[in-house]
Amino acid sequence: MFAREEDVLEAAAGWRREGRGVVLATVVETWGSAPRPVGSHLAVDEAGNFLGSVSGGCVEGAVVAEAAEVIADGRPRLLEFGVADETAWQVGLSCGGRIRVYVEKVS
Amino acid sequence: MDLAVLERLNAERAARRATILVTELGSGRQRMVTPLDVAADPLADRLAEGFRTGRSALVEVGDDKVFLTVQVPSPRLVIAGAVHISQALVPMAKSAGFDVTIIDPRTAFATPERFPQVDLRAEWPDIVLPALALDPFTAVAALTHDPKIDDAVLVDALARDCFYVGALGSRRTHAARVERLVERGVTREKLARLHAPIGLDIGAVSPSEIAVSILAEVIGVLRRRPVATERTG
Repeated sequence: MFAREEDVLEAAAGWRREGRGVVLATVVETWGSAPRPVGSHLAVDEAGNFLGSVSGGCVEGAVVAEAAEVIADGRPRLLEFGVADETAWQVGLSCGGRIRVYVEKVS
Repeated sequence: MDLAVLERLNAERAARRATILVTELGSGRQRMVTPLDVAADPLADRLAEGFRTGRSALVEVGDDKVFLTVQVPSPRLVIAGAVHISQALVPMAKSAGFDVTIIDPRTAFATPERFPQVDLRAEWPDIVLPALALDPFTAVAALTHDPKIDDAVLVDALARDCFYVGALGSRRTHAARVERLVERGVTREKLARLHAPIGLDIGAVSPSEIAVSILAEVIGVLRRRPVATERTG
């Protein structure tokens, strides 16, 4: 319900209307100390431009990289991030919490 | 997500209507729910909670995970009266996340110098209110002490089920106000929702302290209101 989130969804729709491939990532679950609350959005386009935040900078790079795959095959994904060394992603949350992020294509 | 769904989500928000997007994470299937659809929905209880709290949430339904993207309009505070209390109340309410609008037809009071960076309507309530479209996510504080201004705003706020309606004035002033509002057709039931004297009883004296007591009362009602008041949202 924050203005910033509204801008993210507006941007995602605008990019798609322009014909760009677009992915919307949403924080759906958090454990422990999570940087962004459940419901936070990140919009990514096919060129890797993004707006919004699912972690305040910790894992955005990984989500942006995954976005290209989601644009290519259209299948939604559920990604999980924990502290850096405990994930297969080689990126993580410095705060020690865990988050689950739903990544879906806007088609 | 279909672009059409995303655009409807954006349109509902722009129109200040509450909506929940229900996403089945396994299949990717989605549906949009309004407060009017809640009772008939299999997730009725969780949806009602979402509309009440404004919080998105993950729900387990059998073996499936379902995500509720909850969108409720940001709370708005409409103040009748470009008065001293309002000057203190505006920055406090804005920092607490409210969109603030001031109505006061008295152009000597309603000046941009006294009220920078706020939606200021220097017109009579009858002119301004239709465009403002008060709703259940709006709080209204009537602070002018002038029935010619306050009463019209109070009548509209109660009719449109604003989540909070308060009016400045002593108990004696309020008794006279109640009689006037009844004459204008406001029911006793609606009048029971009117907070008067306005604000929490914290012994506030200065305009800034009164502003604190008003904002505290508004936030208390916003965060604790029952689900039923949102059915018309």
